[in-house]
Amino acid sequence: MSELSQSISEPSKQFLSFFLAGEEYAIDILKVQEIRDWSAPTIVPNSPSYIDGVVNLRGEIIPVINLRSRFSLANDPQLKNPIVIVLNVFDGKKYRLMGLFVDAFSETYDVITSKINPAPANISVIDDEFIIGLTTVDQQMIILLDADALLNSNELAPQHIENVA
Amino acid sequence: MSIDLSQFIPTFLEESFEGLELMESSLLNLKQGDDDSINAIFRAAHSIKGGAGTFGFNRVTDFTHEVETLLDEMRDGRRNITPHDTDLLLKSVDCIRLLIESARDGIECNDPQIDANFRAIQLSLNNDDVVADACSTPSDDPACAAEEERVGWLIKFVPSHEILQTGNDVLRLFIALEEFGQYTTEVDLGELPPLAELDPQECHLTWKLTLTSDCSLDDVNEVFEWVEDECQLVVTPLQASQTKANEEQGISDDVVAEAAEVIQPQASAPVISEAEKVPVQSVGSIRVGIDKVDALINRVGELVITQAMLKQIGNELNELDDDNDTLTRLREGLVQLEGNSRDLQEDVMRIRMLPINFVFNRFPRMVYDVSSKLGKQVELKLSGESTELDKTVMEKIGDPLVHLVRNSLDHGLETPDERIAAGKEPTGTVHLNAYHQGGYINIDISDDGRGLNTEKIREKALEKGLINADQSFSDQEINELIFAPGFSTADAVSDLSGRGVGMDVVRRNIESLGGHVSLSSTPGKGSIFSVSLPLTLAILDGQLISVAGQTYIVPLVSIVESIQIQQAALKGIAGQQSLYLYREQYIPLYSIRTLFDLPDKTSEFDEGMIIIVESSGHKYALLVDELKDQQQVVLKSLESNYMAVEGISGATILGNGGVALIIDIKGLNNLKKQPTSFDTSPQMLQGVCA
Repeated sequence: MSELSQSISEPSKQFLSFFLAGEEYAIDILKVQEIRDWSAPTIVPNSPSYIDGVVNLRGEIIPVINLRSRFSLANDPQLKNPIVIVLNVFDGKKYRLMGLFVDAFSETYDVITSKINPAPANISVIDDEFIIGLTTVDQQMIILLDADALLNSNELAPQHIENVA
Repeated sequence: MSIDLSQFIPTFLEESFEGLELMESSLLNLKQGDDDSINAIFRAAHSIKGGAGTFGFNRVTDFTHEVETLLDEMRDGRRNITPHDTDLLLKSVDCIRLLIESARDGIECNDPQIDANFRAIQLSLNNDDVVADACSTPSDDPACAAEEERVGWLIKFVPSHEILQTGNDVLRLFIALEEFGQYTTEVDLGELPPLAELDPQECHLTWKLTLTSDCSLDDVNEVFEWVEDECQLVVTPLQASQTKANEEQGISDDVVAEAAEVIQPQASAPVISEAEKVPVQSVGSIRVGIDKVDALINRVGELVITQAMLKQIGNELNELDDDNDTLTRLREGLVQLEGNSRDLQEDVMRIRMLPINFVFNRFPRMVYDVSSKLGKQVELKLSGESTELDKTVMEKIGDPLVHLVRNSLDHGLETPDERIAAGKEPTGTVHLNAYHQGGYINIDISDDGRGLNTEKIREKALEKGLINADQSFSDQEINELIFAPGFSTADAVSDLSGRGVGMDVVRRNIESLGGHVSLSSTPGKGSIFSVSLPLTLAILDGQLISVAGQTYIVPLVSIVESIQIQQAALKGIAGQQSLYLYREQYIPLYSIRTLFDLPDKTSEFDEGMIIIVESSGHKYALLVDELKDQQQVVLKSLESNYMAVEGISGATILGNGGVALIIDIKGLNNLKKQPTSFDTSPQMLQGVCA
């Protein structure tokens, strides 16, 4: 009960969580536009490895980012119900739609802002700039990701293409 | 109650720019006694001045006021229309445009030409005034313009405040003056009290009248006899010097001409549009933001895709039970839907279509400027001005066309002396002709000048290392070299052309619009540049191809031929299949699979198709797996949510809802420069289709 009253009085944020290779990640729900079933994207030539391709979202052409590839995880061909989380992110100039290909959708959580712990420095597995912090729900660690940083336009800048060949 | 005026500023700007365009085109066709044109120009200037005053763009107001004064004199016939004045007015149009633009951007405009022009107008007003005034009637023969001095009367009329209450009408007095000759009025509003304190029955205005007449002082006094006690009247003889002084005084006062204009009794003749060649039908129109139109076009694009999807399902249903009545009706409905969607799409596309007039309009002015600078006599012919094309294409084709026309003026046409020596009319002709052909608009820029100098081009190309001495080329091929990057034959670099960034940029710009440019030239007779452009950038005729299970679209316009692969024609260099023998020519061979780094490279050389494409005058052979349908596709940008991709110009959505990328042939040229080899296998796209 005490936790509930806390959550009302203290500022909190809603996060949408999803699974990736057994770990639970979450992303600010205000950045999420919708969740779609996975459908085969069209390959974009010479794109970074984590860009699965582009798909048609009601007439808009949006890129799909493979979060496993983004985090250098192996792809799992046995996945049952992979989903694409469509995010509306701001790249400093304008809003863009992007799909995030993940293993499965999990929950939405109210996370009290003060309960977000900064990620320890030098975890080095993934760039810590992607991580807002860590929090615990039901004794499970949830990694809170920064959608804007994850998909920031620098990562998608053309210099990646030059490295391809 | 206060109204937020700023919401009207965009409308003001738009109307002002239109007004300026109208002024410009009318000025170029201005002839003596052409009241309609003068009135049209005057009204345009007047509305700009009025609008600018409302929004507090004072510099625009001040400048336009001067222009208006000059125009007013022309309108009243007090001033002959000289080429000098026309020139001055044309420059003023530029200045007003600059001023409005800087007012729009909220910056101070410090261009020296504005002050210079301002002074030039004032000078012109002062100098010519007396001369013009001397002509008592507008149509007087020009000889009287030479008369140096003329006597008239300068009347300063300061009525008492009560003059109206005694039943005197100031206007009537002025009308009475009219019988003596031409006069102008200037009103001074300086005495006017604030509106709250104004008694409408009181007169707070004072006038300065300039009467051009040979009447006596008594005549003038007689007119004002009735109001002698109710006014201060100063009548002085009008000398040339005084006219100047008078004008100068008037110049600083904005309100003068406006008020004078109201008071002037002669009504301006009703004005009909200045268009003479093409009768313009006046159908009503509305102003709509381009974003709304674009949204509509996108929506219709979606509808067409949905319709294609339904059609596909309908075709699948055909294979089912054929006797079902409901199914038959559904099929009929689908056929109707297809027709309606196509019509709707065409109609919606037409909303964006504008007559090419919008581009052509700038040329009379440009030709006028350039030809006088070059000392050439040029007649500009325009035809097909009402040919319509998409607004976005229009916006981008302006500069390339300007460049081509300048090129014709600068390099193509000869000076009058040269022309006479060559047995031609001293006046050269540049002809712009626009017409539709298929889904394209063609614009021909032809001149009757000297034609291209093939020998000189050959020399230059050799010098620049574009060709080798031992290669043989046809004249046409040599001529086409002027489109090569960095090529320019101009001996001296002028500010008109000859900067060496010319024709290749023109070609690149036109090709980036999905069009192409070609030329033909006859020595001594002239040359023709033909620009061909798609009517719209929103739709593209595409050939669907498939490579490694992916569907791509090649713009139909760049395809020369599609052929079955001939094993014998595949030629290797350094162990790689990199050339293809096509019509006795070795052309580069590129595999889409390799360029795009697609998986599964096994059998492509055994049973593929070859598409011969052409870009910037070069042919390439593209190796693909399979040819599919040809269809019109709606262009979508990859950049709005992703980024530009080399070798890809955009994307479209197919009937099945999937995305197909559109191959950018020119971009492939850049891609191919990256080292590619057939056995590399960095599976960059390993994660795909997990």
